[in-house]
Amino acid sequence: MTFSPELEAKFAKMVQQYPQGRQKGALIPMLLFAQDEVGAVTPDVIAEVARRLSVKPVEVEEVIGYYTMLTKEPRGKHHIQICTNVSCMLTGGEELFAHACKKLGIGNKQKTADGQFSLEETECLGACSWAPAMLVNYDFHFAITPEKLDQLIDSLKKTQ
Amino acid sequence: MLLNKPHPLEVKVLTRRYEYPQKEAIGVDEYVAKEGYEALKKALDMTPEAIIDEVKKSSLRGRGGAGFPTGLKWSFVDRKSPKPKYIVVNADEGEPGTCKDRIILEHEGHRLIEGCLIAGRAIGSNRGWIYIRGEYRTQIEAMDRAIAEAYARGYLGDNVMGSGWAFHLSTHTGAGSYECGEESALLESLEGKRGNPRLKPPFPATSGAFQCPTIVNNVETYSAVPDIILKGGDWYAALGTPKNGGTRLVCLSGHLVTPGVYEVPLGIPLMTIINEIGGGVWKGRKLKAVIPGGSSSPVLRPEECDIPADYDSLAKAGSMLGSGATMVLDETTDMVKLMARIMKFYAHESCGWCIPCREGTAWLAKILARLDEGAGTKKDIDMVDELAQGMMGRTFCALGDAAAMPAMSFVKKFRGEFEAKIANAKVYMPAPQTQPLVVL
Repeated sequence: MTFSPELEAKFAKMVQQYPQGRQKGALIPMLLFAQDEVGAVTPDVIAEVARRLSVKPVEVEEVIGYYTMLTKEPRGKHHIQICTNVSCMLTGGEELFAHACKKLGIGNKQKTADGQFSLEETECLGACSWAPAMLVNYDFHFAITPEKLDQLIDSLKKTQ
Repeated sequence: MLLNKPHPLEVKVLTRRYEYPQKEAIGVDEYVAKEGYEALKKALDMTPEAIIDEVKKSSLRGRGGAGFPTGLKWSFVDRKSPKPKYIVVNADEGEPGTCKDRIILEHEGHRLIEGCLIAGRAIGSNRGWIYIRGEYRTQIEAMDRAIAEAYARGYLGDNVMGSGWAFHLSTHTGAGSYECGEESALLESLEGKRGNPRLKPPFPATSGAFQCPTIVNNVETYSAVPDIILKGGDWYAALGTPKNGGTRLVCLSGHLVTPGVYEVPLGIPLMTIINEIGGGVWKGRKLKAVIPGGSSSPVLRPEECDIPADYDSLAKAGSMLGSGATMVLDETTDMVKLMARIMKFYAHESCGWCIPCREGTAWLAKILARLDEGAGTKKDIDMVDELAQGMMGRTFCALGDAAAMPAMSFVKKFRGEFEAKIANAKVYMPAPQTQPLVVL
């Protein structure tokens, strides 16, 4: 399988950044970038990445099972992650997560029927001074209130 | 961009080029116009020994959490080794409460690049990687832009500033794992494997990335190096207290009026950070406790907080300065609930490599959740302490300790709250056994 020309260029550069014979170093970045483009780490992606880096498919499976951002199942178009760790919990992160569940009608690690939204209660996002924080795909949102969350979800619905 | 309003008590070294409000990242032109890459120029004319001596003199200690003296760490690398030597930046910022490295990555990548170059020169390296947590895609892209600029201007590449010395640097994305912030797990991850920690020794200085001599330092640690080289180790050391040189970024969060990331000299009183810089406890409430250095640092009661914020003073108070993440808890905080949440995190993030951590965090999470729900017993409170003690020092990496330390301190210092939850609880009865437990 082939990826977009941009991603192919990125991969070509990436494999050269690890010592000769140790190209497996590129494995986790390649999987994540491929997932961003394809939507999930599909069997095709696993086979292709394994082939390109000369590793066994099981070595690919091993890391997929370990890293929380890698997924074999496509997530929603807008993947919402709400932090409920210490700083966010102290400033209302748990209430915010409960609010999001209600608003979207789904629970933790679930996806809406139309595939537009998926939701995840996440661990520390490194945005503690601007808590409570959340991610929509790779976009950070800070100091979230239930009202701000509603507005954000409504505006994302309109962009469908 | 995420800069908070500067505070008069801040001492700006690392953040001296930042403006408020900062509209965009400090590009190569602005960086160079304000003394940027001058430290590198100076370092290229110094011997590796002289660079390391300067860093030793600065009393710079690791800003990631452990606080190990940086110059000493660099001196452990055998520069005569025939193997390649590597520079690795730990930008897997994940310790709950910590949000400072993202500021550097996003605002002033060139400072980090310059720090890596100087470190590379000091150990005779030609290659480095910046391992950035996967969620920080914005910061990875900002770093990639800075690196591209540095290549275009000849600060990175086969001939650094015309010196004939080659140094290459690239970003490497993580994919979601707290454990990969532990240096040996990070190195495993860099090699394309699961982030399980390695047995130490050998330490990375002997056998690190791809089994070659490597130094692994935090983003902020490398970023402090250019000013140390430019203005001297003695100058930097004098900003702090003995053995605790310089300034550091503190991440203030929790129940404060003005949370944010601020740069303070080491040794500034902890209560000054909380009451002056952080604006004091919010909503006019009283202070209940402080978690001074990330969620793995033992909690402090207010009366324990009249101490200088430096590595040694915090250690003396039975806690740690850690990653500089200061979380402030007001009088309404439910300490049992908070501890249960902290343990849920460690149980989720334990890599499962060693049994005391894998089992210990899972059992502690269950027991603490039970206590929080009011279904625990007094024996459970003792069991939290006992289990945590059983984990301390018995794991490959520090994650086991990181989970055990707060658990022990919460139970010790707020035992009354744990007991109150039991007193108010309904009697917990396990479901009756209808089958014998063991069928012989």
